[in-house]
Amino acid sequence: MTSRWVNRVLGLHSWVVYLFFYAPIAVLVFLSFNDNRLVTVWTGASLRWYREMLQNDQVLAAIRNSLIVAAVSTLVSVILGTAAALGLERFRWKGRQLFDGLLYLPIIIPDVTMAVMMLLFFVQVFGFVELAFGPRIGLGLATISLSHIAFNISFVAVVVRARLAGLDPALEEAAADLYADRRRAFLHVTLPLIMPGVLGGALLALTLSLDDVVITSFVSGPGSTTLPVYVFGLVKRGVTPLINAVSTVMLVASMLLVFVSLVFQRGDGKVPKGTRQ
Amino acid sequence: MATRTGVTPELEAAAERAQARRGLLVSLPAYVYLVVFFAIPLVIVFVVSVFGRRNPRGATVYGAPSLDAYRKIFEPGPDGSYLVLEIVWRSLWLSVLTTVICLLLAYPLAYYIGTRSPRVRNVLLVLVMIPFWSNFLVRTYAWRVLLGRSGPVTAVTSALGLTDTPMIFTVNAVLIGLVYGFLPFMVLPLYAAIERMDWSLVEAARDLYASGWQAFRKVTWPLSRPGVIAGSILVFIPAFGAYVTPEILGGSKTTLLGSYIVRQFLQARDAPFGSALSFVLMSVMLGATIVYFRTGGKTL
Repeated sequence: MTSRWVNRVLGLHSWVVYLFFYAPIAVLVFLSFNDNRLVTVWTGASLRWYREMLQNDQVLAAIRNSLIVAAVSTLVSVILGTAAALGLERFRWKGRQLFDGLLYLPIIIPDVTMAVMMLLFFVQVFGFVELAFGPRIGLGLATISLSHIAFNISFVAVVVRARLAGLDPALEEAAADLYADRRRAFLHVTLPLIMPGVLGGALLALTLSLDDVVITSFVSGPGSTTLPVYVFGLVKRGVTPLINAVSTVMLVASMLLVFVSLVFQRGDGKVPKGTRQ
Repeated sequence: MATRTGVTPELEAAAERAQARRGLLVSLPAYVYLVVFFAIPLVIVFVVSVFGRRNPRGATVYGAPSLDAYRKIFEPGPDGSYLVLEIVWRSLWLSVLTTVICLLLAYPLAYYIGTRSPRVRNVLLVLVMIPFWSNFLVRTYAWRVLLGRSGPVTAVTSALGLTDTPMIFTVNAVLIGLVYGFLPFMVLPLYAAIERMDWSLVEAARDLYASGWQAFRKVTWPLSRPGVIAGSILVFIPAFGAYVTPEILGGSKTTLLGSYIVRQFLQARDAPFGSALSFVLMSVMLGATIVYFRTGGKTL
């Protein structure tokens, strides 16, 4: 079909693009094992910066915060997002289209706009609570989790809907014909069938929550810094071997998630597309 | 649904009502959540941009509605330069350029992956997915190391006698970072479009004596267009609102819209102006997305 010559050029081009993808990551991982205080002056291999990372209380606290937020926001958004997908894909109701549009907005909206939205919203709510009830509350892990849920619901819903749309409704009808009530039909037929979609959505939510910098940095308070926000703050001040080590750990974590998702999605053949930065 | 015997119109209407009730009930928690934690915040941003004023102490006070915050975008600053328009223009051409470069890099790659045997194809695809799922901040940071003062890229360019000045904190560094960050977003939809293409059409063109280039121009390219549009939107949208990349790789002269908006809140303390800018940014994205859906895109 394609001539040999064209094929060779395409192959070569692909190698170059893959090199472009992986060389920067490889250099970063390699340099994280450098013993020297200066990032680019190689003096010998060591795990010094990984040790230092494990002794750094701020890093450990940030990792803990990230994991709490990711777990909470993934759990809540998977439940709400899956329910929303079912409601939109399996039922016809008034106001369905409006909800459909609202559900797409958090995916389209730029991170920066959403960050601004959440900050102004929480400031208003805090002001109101203080005025009406007295207690002073501030930004923290709760506001971060609430914001992450707000964008994750949509991503989960999109992934689960893609799965639902490809499903044969006859299977659910067959369950109904065999006198399964709605709850049973859902638990024993629908849920197992959409499970790859639900898990795919959960992994996407987890990744997005663990990656987010902009929105989190707007709605986090003192003591509630997540790992990406902490690293971002360090990076703005300059390059250090400690950041290289933390970065490598973050890369390994995301690669583990890719492999987990590949295992779950096997046989499904589809990867959820579309994510925010 | 097939009509069965014994189903009266009344029964059908009742079933429809029950369905509508259940649909709303199932969706209700997510619906309420998004109204409270998304729609209301969005309205607040708009309200602040129209009714809010920045007082000299940096606090926001509310008054009669005005478009002053929006007008400020088109007005020259104290030094007479159109700073905001410059930033918007820079964000626009950088994100367009990023999209074009991504398309040029990704199309041949997606075509190559799509024309391999299934086994090779899966391996190549996973190799695109790994950077796609990897932490964006970390991937951007890698370029800070590479392009920095004593970084490998600078070492190579000065050894070749090209230039001694590191590329970091320039527009070029930001461009590289944007392309690197969003390239996977282009490859995946392009691959999806090319993979589901009907190759017999290309063969038919070749049978009718079309040259390889003609077959590509007249058959392959039009058939892969949904992927081109999807990928372009997926790259353009985050690139136009980019914040992390210009903050890490850019300098004071390469401020983009995303960073400028953040600065309005964290430094300038001008919430009404920052809100107006966020609203404009969002409108551009919505416009781009509507274009995307109009042209028949489905995968987001």
